[in-house]
Amino acid sequence: MAIRNKPVDVVIVGLGWTGAILAIELAKAGLEVLALERGEDQDTVPDWAYPKVVDEIAQSARNGLLQNLSKTTVTLRHDQADRALPYRQIGSFKPGTGVGGAGIHWSGVHSRVMPEELRLKSHVTERYGRKFIPEGMQLQDWGITYDELEPHFDRFEYVCGTSGKAGNIGGVKSPGGNPFEAARSREFPLPPLKDPPTSVLFAKATRELGYNPYSLPAANASQPYRNPYGCDIGPCNFCGFCSDYGCINYSKASPQTTILPALRQMKNFSYKTNAHVVRVNTASDGKTATGVTYIDGQGREVEQPAGMVVLAAFHLHNVRLMLSSKIGKPYDPKTGEGVIGRNFCYQVLNSINTFFDKSTYINPFMGSGGVGQAIDDFNADNFDHGPHGFIGGGVIWGRQTGAGPVRGIPLPKGAPKWGSSWKQAVKDNYLHTGRIEAQMSNMAYRGAFLDLDPTYRDAYGEPLLRMTLDWQDNDLRMSEFFGDKLNAIAKAMGATSASGRIIKRGDHWDTRAYQSTHINGGTSMGADPKTSAVNKYLQSWDVPNLFVLGANVFTHGICYNPTGLVGALAYWAAANIRDTYLKSPGPMVRT
Amino acid sequence: MKRAALLVLALLVAAGAAVAVTGRSLPDPKVSPAIATRTPDPRHGAYVAVLGDCAACHSVPGSPDLAGGLALPTPAGPVWSSNITPDKVHGIGVYSFTDFARLMRQGVRPNGERVLPAMPYTAYAKVSDEDLHDLYAYLMQAVPAAPTANHADGVLWFARWPIGLWNKAFHDDSRFAADPAKGASWNRGAYLVQGLAHCGTCHTPRGPAFQEKALDGRSDLFLSGARLDGASPINLRGNTADGLGRWSADDIAELLASGRSAHSAVVGQMGEVVAHSTQFMTDADRGAIAAYLKSLSPAPESGRATFAATAASLDAVMSGKQTDPGALRFMNSCSACHRLNGDGAGRALPSLAGNPTVLAQHPDTLIAVILKGARMPSTAAAPSPMAMPPFGWRYDDREVAEVASYVRQSWGNGAPSVSAGQVRAVRRALGLATPGR
Repeated sequence: MAIRNKPVDVVIVGLGWTGAILAIELAKAGLEVLALERGEDQDTVPDWAYPKVVDEIAQSARNGLLQNLSKTTVTLRHDQADRALPYRQIGSFKPGTGVGGAGIHWSGVHSRVMPEELRLKSHVTERYGRKFIPEGMQLQDWGITYDELEPHFDRFEYVCGTSGKAGNIGGVKSPGGNPFEAARSREFPLPPLKDPPTSVLFAKATRELGYNPYSLPAANASQPYRNPYGCDIGPCNFCGFCSDYGCINYSKASPQTTILPALRQMKNFSYKTNAHVVRVNTASDGKTATGVTYIDGQGREVEQPAGMVVLAAFHLHNVRLMLSSKIGKPYDPKTGEGVIGRNFCYQVLNSINTFFDKSTYINPFMGSGGVGQAIDDFNADNFDHGPHGFIGGGVIWGRQTGAGPVRGIPLPKGAPKWGSSWKQAVKDNYLHTGRIEAQMSNMAYRGAFLDLDPTYRDAYGEPLLRMTLDWQDNDLRMSEFFGDKLNAIAKAMGATSASGRIIKRGDHWDTRAYQSTHINGGTSMGADPKTSAVNKYLQSWDVPNLFVLGANVFTHGICYNPTGLVGALAYWAAANIRDTYLKSPGPMVRT
Repeated sequence: MKRAALLVLALLVAAGAAVAVTGRSLPDPKVSPAIATRTPDPRHGAYVAVLGDCAACHSVPGSPDLAGGLALPTPAGPVWSSNITPDKVHGIGVYSFTDFARLMRQGVRPNGERVLPAMPYTAYAKVSDEDLHDLYAYLMQAVPAAPTANHADGVLWFARWPIGLWNKAFHDDSRFAADPAKGASWNRGAYLVQGLAHCGTCHTPRGPAFQEKALDGRSDLFLSGARLDGASPINLRGNTADGLGRWSADDIAELLASGRSAHSAVVGQMGEVVAHSTQFMTDADRGAIAAYLKSLSPAPESGRATFAATAASLDAVMSGKQTDPGALRFMNSCSACHRLNGDGAGRALPSLAGNPTVLAQHPDTLIAVILKGARMPSTAAAPSPMAMPPFGWRYDDREVAEVASYVRQSWGNGAPSVSAGQVRAVRRALGLATPGR
């Protein structure tokens, strides 16, 4: 017999970035808001207190901040003909858990989106013709424009205290910034972080090659800052423990540093931890969410009635909840019909280590998650794709994020692999090693999707989410193109050698090696309910009092890191719920 | 304040048995006859309760508001704050206004029993008839009666009698007298600081009988910094190093509103004062307090710290010439936030250079912060409860003394060294273990 809690106006599943944004914005609108977080509560002190948190074994090797895969995980396969197997160890991607979610262990790269990516099908068709789109690629427009989202990108950057330099304010190019960026309404809240050695070399080399380097926007504060909620942020000290770690000194934007202190003061907001939501409940008409059911810390099943449900968990969990709650039509790769699980994508990343002579000090022990110089010359459609015959693009950067022995010390090709000669090679190279990377968009394909695994269930008895994904010819040729660019830049930087991972034709998705946590799609947004799970306001087409947030609403991959777009979409959804939905509950887009 | 005034009690327990019992006739609280026909304003009374920070001692989490029950440990055993809701059995429901005024001004209950000076009637005596009348109306009319029983004080009952003698010696039962030579804001600030806000309870040094050495602005020892409960509340007078001499009135008002300013952040019990009282004051009242504090002359400089900003400390570190083990530990454990130049960062990470808590005559608060960490209050103006982690588990007494000494003597700070013995005493008072090696 399930326990039944007192009804609330809004129940939010997950208290990471999107959950915190929706919670504070809807609580400010006067609603009684309850957030259910599956993990533990956590905060800067005591959980990330110096010096205990800067423990590479606990955090990077043993994944202290990540989802416990022994409780629930996903299964993986490359192709529909394969049998999927569980993801038993953290490898390619890193789902977070606990209050703050992946907003705790992210790096801090805080970009927007290139406008044409939000209408890529139309854009490609207009510029290159319909035949340029290869068979099997499911390009779609997102049903939303950059201009609609701009105030919300701005809002999220001012909440985070993002460091950067504008390249385009209101359509006027601003010197020193990224000349390719879409117009922003004003300057960044904070100036760029200081460039570490890798970024200095990268900027010089790319400028000499005729490209346009700019300071990558970083949600790692360059100065002390007080955000619009009144929350205080301290400046980054380049300790080099961002990705995989909670920030020790309030510098990396997270729900804890930017939103939760103000949210906790609100009497109409509350949250529960160790509350693992297993189902969105719907009324008998199937068109109204009545709340959620969760398993509490003692293993009891609890029903939480609510007038509105917001899915704000990590990508994987949001998609699985839609499937297990039977909301929306599951995607069928054979017919191409159905929307839940459709257009599952995963950013492609090429990464090479650059080795320099002993007179060039990189000092990789220092760094910051988002600091770096980048070029957008090959981002989105900033270059003519005609001669290259692929769709998509990428951002190339020279970041310096901090490197330590447990995280791995790369050595040039041919260096000894063990013993005292390996130690000597480490000694010779460590201070002179940098890294440059290309992060590329991944298009949506008919055969890449998410569904419920028929074999494996988790500790709660629920079927695991199954991923079916592999690199396609379009992506692999794009990756090779970017590999050539990386090697040319490494040479121009003066590297004596460069080696690393460049994904090439014939390669498959390697689920064991860390790539990025930028998985997306599965509950796409769009203008057509036949090809999207939610409308442009992130409202379920099928259940109008259910809103679905996160990178799972991406229609296909983008070039930039997803967090900026995820945050902006959350503010966009919150603003429209507040200004439109609450006044007249029901479908916000009629078809 | 909560515990320290009870040290008075410890003293009196020792002396009590030998002291003659004083008379038990009820003293006259000298309420103006005009009050009899005045209509009190309970809404203003609620604000008076905020100004007086009644909730700090009389409300505890998990119990009804103002129902008492805060344990105040003393060497002779715990005493407890009392139920001040209008419950007729356990609270103050049967008090007349005269009874209430007598308690607030002279510390005497209707049955003649004396309350302990942990209840700061020595300051509340300054409060006007009108404010007390409104406060009484608020407590009686707006606070729900809670039938929460008071804790028995146990062994301490006999110690209450000698307080009458102590009162005769030290208690000044006179109302605040405005200074016509000063403006309204200054007088309002003086009235609040000396009275309802009872700043002197913690910030004024105490004499041999644990009496505050000054209760108003006539002595330059008033609010000149103190030492109690393993802490060292700072000097609020105009001294440039350990006082507020380099602060503007706006800096003081900002700290009272948000718990932080460009110079410092509040720690320890002052965090609770900001969280429960000063953040809810009006801007005008915070401004008045700031204006009054800024008018206080420096306390006698003898034995106090100096401050003259210098780049020499940073230069010594950056040139690699600094060999002080305290400096090494500072770089290792402190500089990520407080920076090598000791400046911290804005309101987020407190500056240590010229910080009165660092430069206080007694380093107890500084030591306590290093040992157990600290957390700023979450206020409406600045919701982030920025926290410093503890280091008492990492560093032994000598090591803490070295880093505290480095902090007290760098970037222009000129305060005496801290000894391992001083750290040991604070560690013991806080009940913290020494790190095992």
